[in-house]
Amino acid sequence: MDFQLSDSQRALQETARKFAREAIRPKAPHYDETAEFPRDLMSTAYELGFMNQGIPAEYGGSGLSHLEQVLVCEELAWGCAGVTTSIFANDLANLPILLFGTEEQKQRLLKPFGERMRLSCFCLTEPSAGSDVANLGSTARRDGDHYILNGSKCFISNGGYADQFTVFATVDKGRRHKGITCFVVEGKPPGLTVGKHENKMGQRASNTVSLTFEDVRVPVANRIGEEGQGFPIAMETLDHSRPVTASFSLGIARAALEHSLEYSAQRQTFGKPIREHQGLQFMLADMAMNVQAARLLTWQSAWMLDNGQKNTLISSYAKCFAADMAMKVTTDAVQVYGGYGYMKDYPVEKLMRDAKLIQVYEGTSQVQRIVIAKELFK
Amino acid sequence: MKILVTAKRVEDPESKIKVKPDGSGIVQEGLKYKINPFDEIGVEEGLRLAAKHGGEVVVVSIGGKEVQEQLRHALAMGAHRAVWVNHTGTLDQLALAGLLQKVAEKEKPDMVILGKQSIDDDQNQVGQYLAEFLGWSQATFASKVESLESEQEKNKVPALQVGADGKTVRVVREVDNGLATLECALPAVVTTDLRLNLPRYASLPGIMKAKSKPIEELTPEKLGVDVTPKIQVLKMSSPPPRKAGIKVPDVATLVDKLRNEAKAV
Repeated sequence: MDFQLSDSQRALQETARKFAREAIRPKAPHYDETAEFPRDLMSTAYELGFMNQGIPAEYGGSGLSHLEQVLVCEELAWGCAGVTTSIFANDLANLPILLFGTEEQKQRLLKPFGERMRLSCFCLTEPSAGSDVANLGSTARRDGDHYILNGSKCFISNGGYADQFTVFATVDKGRRHKGITCFVVEGKPPGLTVGKHENKMGQRASNTVSLTFEDVRVPVANRIGEEGQGFPIAMETLDHSRPVTASFSLGIARAALEHSLEYSAQRQTFGKPIREHQGLQFMLADMAMNVQAARLLTWQSAWMLDNGQKNTLISSYAKCFAADMAMKVTTDAVQVYGGYGYMKDYPVEKLMRDAKLIQVYEGTSQVQRIVIAKELFK
Repeated sequence: MKILVTAKRVEDPESKIKVKPDGSGIVQEGLKYKINPFDEIGVEEGLRLAAKHGGEVVVVSIGGKEVQEQLRHALAMGAHRAVWVNHTGTLDQLALAGLLQKVAEKEKPDMVILGKQSIDDDQNQVGQYLAEFLGWSQATFASKVESLESEQEKNKVPALQVGADGKTVRVVREVDNGLATLECALPAVVTTDLRLNLPRYASLPGIMKAKSKPIEELTPEKLGVDVTPKIQVLKMSSPPPRKAGIKVPDVATLVDKLRNEAKAV
């Protein structure tokens, strides 16, 4: 057991911390208020290699290990979770290609992301298939050397600005999850329509849209894996992305804790700073303790992937615990600030809104518990 | 051209510095370290010069194994290779300049760029000693005319202007009453001031590549330098704590106090 980070791991953490402190955080309130797409931050993030961070260097990415990705993403999310979701969307969308694509597909579909800034999005969720992935209604019909895609997707991060779409559709709805197949749609082909940007509660700097596919033609060469392999591809992708999603919670919660420590030292009641009241101390101690517990689970779940171990159980522990932790810690941070915490002029209510999404996206906290239970019963 | 830059390991200016109760030094436990910010500006300038004129940036640091962290930082920013002078224990400014002299004589750079001072003990001596030891021209406190928000800065144009024949460098220096421009014959020693440039971030791919860039290990013995300190630090102490301010009831009292107590107006 070794909890010591290497010099280069600390260097990655340090550069992400600097970018979060100097570039992301000053602009976070603006993007939260306006829900504009943070294009300037994204292009700097691209130049510095925060985008496509998990893609190996030979395919044009930064080549970070999973542990390194969670170290970096905690820092970025400390700056703003919405911006981080936008930055990380490429990595999520490109995971199926990286994990299941052929060498030819990796060369053709991943490498261009290293040549100039391009965005990619992961299109799994549908209006009536979120947690229940097997209920997917989008269809793919074979037509010669093409497939024809039809259906609609919702809550797609970066969907409004994407140059490439990783899409899950079924070749036979009757086969339930055994019909699901993964495709990569390049460019903006005829029949692909982008819906309006959703007006979200939190993480407002991330672009979230619905997409409609009407007779969209995809070459067979862009099918990732075999027909019917889409469900395990999606599940393994989520095994890989859960540690990073958990790390977003760490960043949000750590920011909430730091704000709370600072504010509780300044704010006076009954003649002393509020942090000298035991009630406050118990809250602050619980916040710090839970952030660290979630961090250790997150690091473990990433470390397992780096060591070639199946991490479904531990990464579900990590994602679920970290998301619920961030919700509790940010809610308590608003409590520490009292009435001021409820005001948008203070930084903690944003963190509470941002944290809520982590309990929902990439598998709700309830779905994580179902996965955990299934693993326990094995 | 070949540029030698320094990367001293210093306490992170954002960490809380406490002096040990016996005055023998500062409390090291729990401190964070980073590259001296003035050296980081030197690394940036070296990289810009190498990008414009071609060539190589070699970074040097002196200290125990831990200074490799600062060397890796400079390598991650883009320096090509590193020289590590392995030495633990106290070094004074003369010893540091003596070691750098030998490294410079071995590397034969066109220019050595150092921070004007390091933010730990603020001596501002090593660059000057080094130029003297080498017998080279020197330009300290290098700055530039353009602001740090200018287009030149955004486009990473080097502030140090190398002559067309590659034999001179023109340096704008910060002096008490403005800016002074010097032209020095190369090779030269240049020390950086704060407004020379904004150092780039170490990118993620840069950090990953730095892992496999070479670090050459040297020692004072190998370089033939006697590093026995000639200067001894007798005692360190914290500055006296600031006295609490006072509240005045009205403007008239304030003006009275400023005039008669502080004698400021």
